Amino acid sequence: MLQSPLRPPLIEGNKTYRSITSDILNPMMNKAGKYWYLGMTISSLAMMFGVFMIFWTVWQGIGTWGENRTVGWAFEITTFVWWIGIGHAGTFISAILLLFRQKWRNSINRSAEAMTIFAVICAALFPLIHLGRPLLTFFIFPYPNTRGLWVNFNSPLVWDVFAISTYFTISLVFWYVGLIPDIGTVRDKIKKGLKKNIYNFLSFGWKGSARDWHRHEITSIMLAAIATPLVLSVHSIVSMDFASSIIPGWHTTIFPPYFVAGAIFSGFAMVQTLLIITRKAMGLEDFITPSHIENMNKILIATGSIVALAYMTEMFMAWYSGVEYEHYAFMNRATGPYWWAYLIMITCNVVSSQLLWIKKLRTSLAFTFFLSIVINIGMWFERFVIIVTSLHRDYLTSSWTMYKPTIVEFGLLIGTLGIFFTAFLLFIRIFPVISISEVKSVLKISGEKQHKKDLSHEK
Amino acid sequence: MKKYWKDIESKYRKEELKVIEQTSDENSLSGLLSDQRKDIPASRRDFLKLCGFSFAVSALASCQSKIGKAIPYVIAPNELIPGEALYYASSYINGNDYCSIIVKTRDGRPIKIEGNPESGITRGGTSARVQASVLDLYDGSRFHGPMKEGILTGWESIDKEISSKLHKIVEEKGTIVLLTPTIFSPSTEAVITGFLNKFKGSEWVRYDAISYSAIIEANKISFGKQVIPDYRFDKADLIVSIGADFLGTWLSPIEYTKQFSSRRDPEHDMNWLIQMESNLSLTGSNSDNRIQIKPSQETAILLNIYKDIIKAVEKRNIETPASSVDISGISEKLLLSAGKSLVISGSNIKQVQLLVNEINRLLGNIGHTILFDSFLKTHAALDSDMEMLIGTMKKGAVNALLVWNVNPVYTWYKKDAFAEGLKKVGLSISLSGSPDETNSLVQYICPDNHYLESWNDAEPKKEYFSLMQPAISQIFDTRQMADTLLKWSGSTIQSYDFIKAYWVDNLMSRQSEFSDPVTFFDHTLQKGTFEPAATTVERGGKIRSVGTISFDPHSIKTVDNDGKNIVEIVLYETIALGEGRQANNPWLQELPDPVTKICWDNYVSISPAQAKEYNLNDNDVLNLGEVELPVHIQPGQAYGTMGIALGYGRSKCGKVGDNVGIDVWRMLSSDKGNIVYTSKVEYIIKTGRIYPFAQTQTHHSMEGRAFVRETGLKEFKNNPSAGNEEHAYNLEHNKSLYKERKYPHHHWGMAIDLSKCTGCANCVIACQAENNVPVVGKEEVHRVHEMHWMRIDRYYTGEEDNPEVVFQPVLCQHCQNAPCENVCPVAATNHSSEGLNQMIYNRCFGTRYCNNNCPYKVRRFNWFNYSAAGTLSGNLRDIAGMTGDLKRMVLNPDVTVRAQGVIEKCSFCVQRIQAAKLKAKYENRALLENEIQTACSQSCPANAIVFGDMNDRKSEMSRLINSGRRYNLLEELFTMPSVNYLTKIKNKIL
Repeated sequence: MLQSPLRPPLIEGNKTYRSITSDILNPMMNKAGKYWYLGMTISSLAMMFGVFMIFWTVWQGIGTWGENRTVGWAFEITTFVWWIGIGHAGTFISAILLLFRQKWRNSINRSAEAMTIFAVICAALFPLIHLGRPLLTFFIFPYPNTRGLWVNFNSPLVWDVFAISTYFTISLVFWYVGLIPDIGTVRDKIKKGLKKNIYNFLSFGWKGSARDWHRHEITSIMLAAIATPLVLSVHSIVSMDFASSIIPGWHTTIFPPYFVAGAIFSGFAMVQTLLIITRKAMGLEDFITPSHIENMNKILIATGSIVALAYMTEMFMAWYSGVEYEHYAFMNRATGPYWWAYLIMITCNVVSSQLLWIKKLRTSLAFTFFLSIVINIGMWFERFVIIVTSLHRDYLTSSWTMYKPTIVEFGLLIGTLGIFFTAFLLFIRIFPVISISEVKSVLKISGEKQHKKDLSHEK
Repeated sequence: MKKYWKDIESKYRKEELKVIEQTSDENSLSGLLSDQRKDIPASRRDFLKLCGFSFAVSALASCQSKIGKAIPYVIAPNELIPGEALYYASSYINGNDYCSIIVKTRDGRPIKIEGNPESGITRGGTSARVQASVLDLYDGSRFHGPMKEGILTGWESIDKEISSKLHKIVEEKGTIVLLTPTIFSPSTEAVITGFLNKFKGSEWVRYDAISYSAIIEANKISFGKQVIPDYRFDKADLIVSIGADFLGTWLSPIEYTKQFSSRRDPEHDMNWLIQMESNLSLTGSNSDNRIQIKPSQETAILLNIYKDIIKAVEKRNIETPASSVDISGISEKLLLSAGKSLVISGSNIKQVQLLVNEINRLLGNIGHTILFDSFLKTHAALDSDMEMLIGTMKKGAVNALLVWNVNPVYTWYKKDAFAEGLKKVGLSISLSGSPDETNSLVQYICPDNHYLESWNDAEPKKEYFSLMQPAISQIFDTRQMADTLLKWSGSTIQSYDFIKAYWVDNLMSRQSEFSDPVTFFDHTLQKGTFEPAATTVERGGKIRSVGTISFDPHSIKTVDNDGKNIVEIVLYETIALGEGRQANNPWLQELPDPVTKICWDNYVSISPAQAKEYNLNDNDVLNLGEVELPVHIQPGQAYGTMGIALGYGRSKCGKVGDNVGIDVWRMLSSDKGNIVYTSKVEYIIKTGRIYPFAQTQTHHSMEGRAFVRETGLKEFKNNPSAGNEEHAYNLEHNKSLYKERKYPHHHWGMAIDLSKCTGCANCVIACQAENNVPVVGKEEVHRVHEMHWMRIDRYYTGEEDNPEVVFQPVLCQHCQNAPCENVCPVAATNHSSEGLNQMIYNRCFGTRYCNNNCPYKVRRFNWFNYSAAGTLSGNLRDIAGMTGDLKRMVLNPDVTVRAQGVIEKCSFCVQRIQAAKLKAKYENRALLENEIQTACSQSCPANAIVFGDMNDRKSEMSRLINSGRRYNLLEELFTMPSVNYLTKIKNKIL
């Protein structure tokens, strides 16, 4: 009998359904290792540092930051956009790859989605604390009130509120819906006690019946369909914070696609960083294989190249438009006092991602891990370059000035990293880090058996 | 129906409480509330009432704030309507500075100074110092009462003690010396004369810290008149000024700015200003031609001009040493405008001033641009008097010294000698109102009132009288200096009566309008000024013949340091601080210098070429022998010279001004009895330390962008929109998809004439005073957190070593397509139906998006709790004590004090617009053309700012915006600002 060549398996190590469950649940059910405690200590210290800096900012005022008369946004919006961007990979993996039936995503979507949620939480902190009067945040919501006040729907910041809150809600629901069968599994594995009750509650009475599965899958597809446009819309809207202004360097029509590509780029880099550690630390090498990493690296090449193209287009347009201010803004980016930030951005985002064309590097885990961190640094600087170098020298030369971050601003970045990793470390102890049910769906156990049988017959 | 709760404060409260106690026993709270009979159980209505009550009580309890005591007027003054401003005409006198002013008071406290347009001298203009003086009134470091050896006592005991001591000195034939600055108040002069007559053997010494005694002495020699003449810059077609910063600090800058700017209208006859100087001064910045010289070259330059002129006028040839500075063409131009030119020098060296006098005499300027009929009375002191006094003091021959308003321990170049002499004076008394270095060494302090608490008069220029009246009663236990002297002289009369009597006796006869003394005085008081001779002076007056004096040009020695390794130092006054009298004024300390844009410090200005040579950078600390000062590289500073500001480094003026900058008065020296404001150093040591500045503008070039559009007079004559060609292009090409906004009623706008604006910074402080703009301090300014709503951008054009300077006042442009408005998420900034871009502080929650999107960067964010108006406590950043109870009295109650975390910006003084509109409505009439004046436009000494209704076709505003010179800042962005600029026209001839 003629057999077409088989695709390489998506998971390795001759797994059975039982062993998948135990392999994924074991690291979660067993006592945490010392590395987990170490990681938890570091990240919660970082979080506490950040919380103190938030308190300091709110109490003392935004003056504790390095922002000034000319540069009204800097570190905080840079970090905000960075976190929002990081979140994008999760949605991309869970929604778009699901719709395109990319089954390899099944091993990584759970942690990517979790990452999305934590990243959006970190991101959402910044618009809140960067307000001069954060206690009045509710002003931003168009709620009916007797004072006849209403928000200004012309402002991109109002769009932001809707974009981010929608994004967060959908991501959270999607993630949770995906978790329900696995929570059911966890519940069943636990013999008794409070823990069982909690998981029982969280599982929403999951029985694993055909009807449950049917509804679960329909819901997943529906949510994927809803979430897909969000991948494009959220960062497009964030980019409009800049694109709809009149500041040279901000006021460009290329921003929405450029930002979306950049977001997916940085998001995948962050997924790489997390997964390479996770698979090692939790012994999940069979589920998250080098081919997963390679696939994601391919996405990095694609999005990295789009980003590189965007950089070039911006430069070209600045020259081609003949607008003096635009021209200066971009020259200033590359050759002005913040040239080093521009250089970091180009090196980390453009040069480094192009190295992935080399198969040897693309499949090397160590290199990928290193590269993913480099890209995350580069993407942070991309936003820094856009925000700070455009603002610090805008129209009137009399107002030109420099921006220098303070320790408080660094504290906020460190603090959100702390929040992010603390949340992630808690997540891997509470929920299965890989979607058990979805991974089982890609296990080719019967086909493999048949194949082996066929082979033995031929002999 | 019983009602128990009426008003907590009502006087029946006690009785009611008793009733409550009784009822509450029976039926507790429901009984308290219920208006029904007690036997019926609580109904739903009752329940809701109870709920409402408890909500209200809890809400009230939570928002109760601290209640202070308010004492109402038992009998309210007639003219006082709460909430309505009262204006009093008065005069500002501080040392040698004079300005005719209108004081705005609200509910009994002066809150703003306006210029008095009735004055023939200052003509409605003020200066930054005048504007800031209202804050000095509320300075808590002023003396709180009479003091003996640093301990507060009462006036009665101190009067008794001092009078007996003074009489004893007279009996023992001792010397009593009264040391004051030049006093140009006729009544105070009479009081002093009375005092001197009463205490035989007493003397009156006048001492001005910034001395013009060389001019006075030279005029005595040249013209037989020991005075400073009336310079008429408005009559001069050509002004050649050698180091005289007459637009900034020289003699009477407000008056001169008015005169000068009246001749900067290119549609009429424009004057021409040549400035030769070492430091880049305000006048040099506004000059048509600026020549950099070293102070030592002055004499040679003047000699050469003199040579050319005498050759042309008297056909005489004289030998002079060649000038190392190229001044070709100047003499010819001077001769062309003979009689309509003005040569002045800022030097305090007699031979230089003699030369200047000769040149002016030969040019026939005396009687035309230099008038001796109406001379300045604000400066009359001779430095030699002070030298002599110190000599006598050191000998111990002065038995009593009364010091008023001078501070020689700080300002005298041999301050230690004065301090030493002061120790030998048996009885030392200070009559100054605020602490300084001198009165920290005296035995008795009998503090004077602030000028806003005083009665006084002034005659700053001959025949130009004005009155000063109090706008508030004494805040502290102080007494006017004239009253103190009257009291010690044994007189029972008060200064108010004294002044009135003096005016009736001496001045009433100069006019014929009023025959009743009371009406005469009241009328003058209301008007503020009395100028009986002003009209004749205006016509040029009589030209007195001035005799020729023997003047030997060969006797004049010239020094030329060229080629020698000597750096000459020019010591100057800053616009803000002058000689340092108002050093404790945070508004002035935070006022960026118009040229260097540095505040809160003085520094060494050094030319870029020299900095390169010595390998110096900005902020490097230099050791100049006696003092250490940081470097500021100043384009336009003459090579081989350095400029250092006096007036800094006060040590005993109060919390704000103490130890700000470095005291350099010691660097002065004396030349033939006159203080010389130059010095030299032969070595400079770089200490290696770095000292950061608070500098509000750090980029000095326009980078080829057309912010300030400029052209020459000739080009303008050919084409009124010369230099402004872009405007037509932009008008044609700027198109919008949206419908244009319509302003059917008013459309407020502003026109700023860049030709007239001198950059003097009066508007910056006027705005700060009017709009409660906070003071943030040096550190915050350094962090680019300054809060001024009005700023003056200064750009250099041309070469770095000899730049031209342009100034541009920038405030909120009130764009019709405002970029800030559409990005605010909460609509905290929006557009009014009259074209104003409004800022709603209550609604603002501080995203700063508007600030980012403002291409003019005029929006200011409250980075910290600067004003104590926020909700959080314990985070106040108030370095200048501006939130203290006393200083808060200067706040304008019509303008919100902004809280931490909100954006603020220029409102076009919307409170003034509203007030005027209300008034017009109340009087059932239309608004008059100039009825509304913003703070910046009202007191502009250059008349450069015009505010008005752009819909009013017949107004000056309309004329200006339809002129070919009009353009908008960054008009290519199509923001359609309501602030219009008029191109700068320079009259370049050389």
